[in-house]
Amino acid sequence: MSRKLGYTAVLLGLLIAPFALYPVLLMKILCFALFACAFNLLIGFTGLLSFGHAAFFGGAAYITGHALKMWGLPFELGILTGTLFAALVGWVIGGLAIRRQGIYFTMITLALAQMLFFVFLQAPFTGGEDGLQSIPRGYLLGVIDLRNDLTMYYVVLAIMVLSFALIVRVIHSPFGQVLKAVRENEPRATSLGYEVARYKSLAFVLSAALAGLAGSVKAVVLGFGTLTDVHWSMSGLVVLMTLVGGMGTLFGPVLGAIIIIALENKLGDVGAWLAQVTAVEWFNTLGESVTMITGLIFVICVLAFRRGIIGELVARLR
Amino acid sequence: MTLALEIKGLQAWYGESHILHDMNLSVAQGEVVTLLGRNGAGRTTTLRAIMGLTGRRSGSIKINGIETIALPTHRIAHFGIGYCPEERAIFSSLSAEENLMLPPTLTAGGMSVDEIYQMFPNLEERRLSQGTRLSGGEQQMLAVARILRTGAKLLLLDEISEGLAPVIVQALSRMISTLKAKGYTIVMVEQNFRFAAPLADRFYVIEHGHVVAQFNANELSTKTDELNELLGV
Amino acid sequence: MEIFGIPLAAFLGQLLLGLVNGSFYAMLSLGLAVIFGLLNVINFAHGALYMMGAFLAWMGLQYFGISYWVMLLLAPLMIALFGMVIERSMLRWLYQLDHLYGLLLTFGITLIIEGVFRSFYGVSGQPFAVPPQLAGATDLGFMMLPIYRAWVVVASLVVCLVTWFVIEKTRLGAYLRAGTENPRMVEAFGINVPLMVTLTYGFGVALAAFAGVLAAPVLQVSPLMGSNLIVTIFAVVVIGGMGSILGSIVTGLALGVIEGLTKVFYPELSSTVVFIIMAIVLLVRPAGLFGREK
Repeated sequence: MSRKLGYTAVLLGLLIAPFALYPVLLMKILCFALFACAFNLLIGFTGLLSFGHAAFFGGAAYITGHALKMWGLPFELGILTGTLFAALVGWVIGGLAIRRQGIYFTMITLALAQMLFFVFLQAPFTGGEDGLQSIPRGYLLGVIDLRNDLTMYYVVLAIMVLSFALIVRVIHSPFGQVLKAVRENEPRATSLGYEVARYKSLAFVLSAALAGLAGSVKAVVLGFGTLTDVHWSMSGLVVLMTLVGGMGTLFGPVLGAIIIIALENKLGDVGAWLAQVTAVEWFNTLGESVTMITGLIFVICVLAFRRGIIGELVARLR
Repeated sequence: MTLALEIKGLQAWYGESHILHDMNLSVAQGEVVTLLGRNGAGRTTTLRAIMGLTGRRSGSIKINGIETIALPTHRIAHFGIGYCPEERAIFSSLSAEENLMLPPTLTAGGMSVDEIYQMFPNLEERRLSQGTRLSGGEQQMLAVARILRTGAKLLLLDEISEGLAPVIVQALSRMISTLKAKGYTIVMVEQNFRFAAPLADRFYVIEHGHVVAQFNANELSTKTDELNELLGV
Repeated sequence: MEIFGIPLAAFLGQLLLGLVNGSFYAMLSLGLAVIFGLLNVINFAHGALYMMGAFLAWMGLQYFGISYWVMLLLAPLMIALFGMVIERSMLRWLYQLDHLYGLLLTFGITLIIEGVFRSFYGVSGQPFAVPPQLAGATDLGFMMLPIYRAWVVVASLVVCLVTWFVIEKTRLGAYLRAGTENPRMVEAFGINVPLMVTLTYGFGVALAAFAGVLAAPVLQVSPLMGSNLIVTIFAVVVIGGMGSILGSIVTGLALGVIEGLTKVFYPELSSTVVFIIMAIVLLVRPAGLFGREK
């Protein structure tokens, strides 16, 4: 009962949010929240650490951008194309990575994503270092004009809510239970007769597809797709969001996404304030030192804060 | 004279599992003591706890009168203890001779390599083979030989007769008698009662992580019934 | 004279460059493998520490006038110390946990190191002059041999082979091999395994720093030079498998050469060929070419 209340409150909050905050920023947060939730499906619930999720996020962004800009596809088909691309790539990368266990799996996802990065770097349609610009928003179902930020926001919100509901559904389904069993004790799951490789592959494809959906929507919202979206630093960023928020929790990744994006936006201001207060000039460059701050948060989280914010809360409230 | 080994109120855990509950035993210098008991009673855990190889430990373990309960594993060995684990732990990435030479010399008075090769000619023959390519019996001999090399005078032997051919078991039995005659202190965990009985001075029976009975070698004949009850399935 | 339509001199020049890159692959994957064997940690920071080695050499020359030759010894020592501090203060808390935390920690450290260097030096490269004793090239008749590049290959091979010898043939190496297999048992013999772990990490990253100093005159010294390399090293390590020292060396060299040849004949493929090979190896021999499944 209280959970339903909580969900409703959050939904209401999200519905009125664009009247208080910039819709584009909110949409960006929603996209990354979905990205992180998709990633969490793999690490939090199946126990597989993928370090190459940028391939799906950024790859779908490029494909959708290209579909909308060059092929003139309508919004919904463009998004679908991007998502399917991500699912396909997820099937290939997942299929190869699953052949090894543990940390090898992670290294393979990273390496294969890097390969895709180079492909996108060299492919002419991506625009290389400049990126894919001027992606049109177009119309939803031919009637709803998405160039209006407020309209776009509600469409994006609908997509995100549905995706999140799908993730929740999957986690609580029998399929989700098997995934958790695989995470807890893979040999046991195998001995119980489950074709573990198939479940891992399915989870991987689903995670990739949803990450691709997030990337596709982000490309349309912001109007461009860049190499940053497919670089391994983006893969690292989504890991950090999930870690900070809480791996294996439902809302952890969402919270992590909010925090990290807010941090990215505000880092310049914090740096300027620190420079004023301490008279150390170097703090003024803090805004460009997102990398360093990200690394610092990583180190602190891994050493002292592994359960993440939601994870800690859940543990304390037990 | 100080006891070679004195254990009081020892508790030991593997993670959350509480294996040893209030373990008490003592071994005098030059004694051979056998730990008997059913599988899972905590005999191997006792030996591992002495070496600091379990999880958390509490209580008191004194080796030659010195408290070692808080020491890390690598310092405990330097008290002159040689540990021969149940799984033998021969390193597959080392040759037989490398395995033999691996443990550093702890004190003077250990057997020289020549003496060891005299006692175990098989090991000399196979010294360049990969450690795990040796037969079960040879690996067992290697496991014991390498701690004899170090000068350790307190030996912890875990099931050394297990799974070995009778003729090898006899050889091991003779070896232990020889060591005993030389004044080594030995704590043995043994399922094979017939192997342990002629060698040991005293016996402890362990159940559920603590000692439930102890008796001397000369009390054996009178205690057979009690033993059967304690060790029987 | 031509080989497959490419003039011989140009072909051999690319081959040499491939060997040079292969030498770096070999040394870095060797260090990574040694660290992984004993610590069970994939040291993502390997690339960043390689970069630090190069930067230390550059800073030594630029700010203190310390020669390349001194830095060749000094930089690895300094990085070894730095690495040992990292291991003692941070890594060692993670050994009981899932391996992925070691990767995440070293990833975070990579970001910090790169971020710091980037904030001071930007992303562009600093030039580093080839030391005068190794400058120029000798004419071998069929090609011009840049002396410095030959030096890189020779120095790397020597260091790799010495490492292999120490690990496989000496008593010290026996401790490392045994510790990799069963560290608790080695401790039970009285060897200070935690200290060995720290020293091994220091050694592994020293190798990376040594490669960095060697690389400084060849590539440009840039804060990004490590991150460009580390992912390729992961692929090298997956291809070779981490069970064998010689395997890591051979795989690294071979992949460098293959990459070099690809640059000659199929330049568009050169940045991805290593990953393509990795995909093939995964399909055909998942444990890696020389791997022993851990």
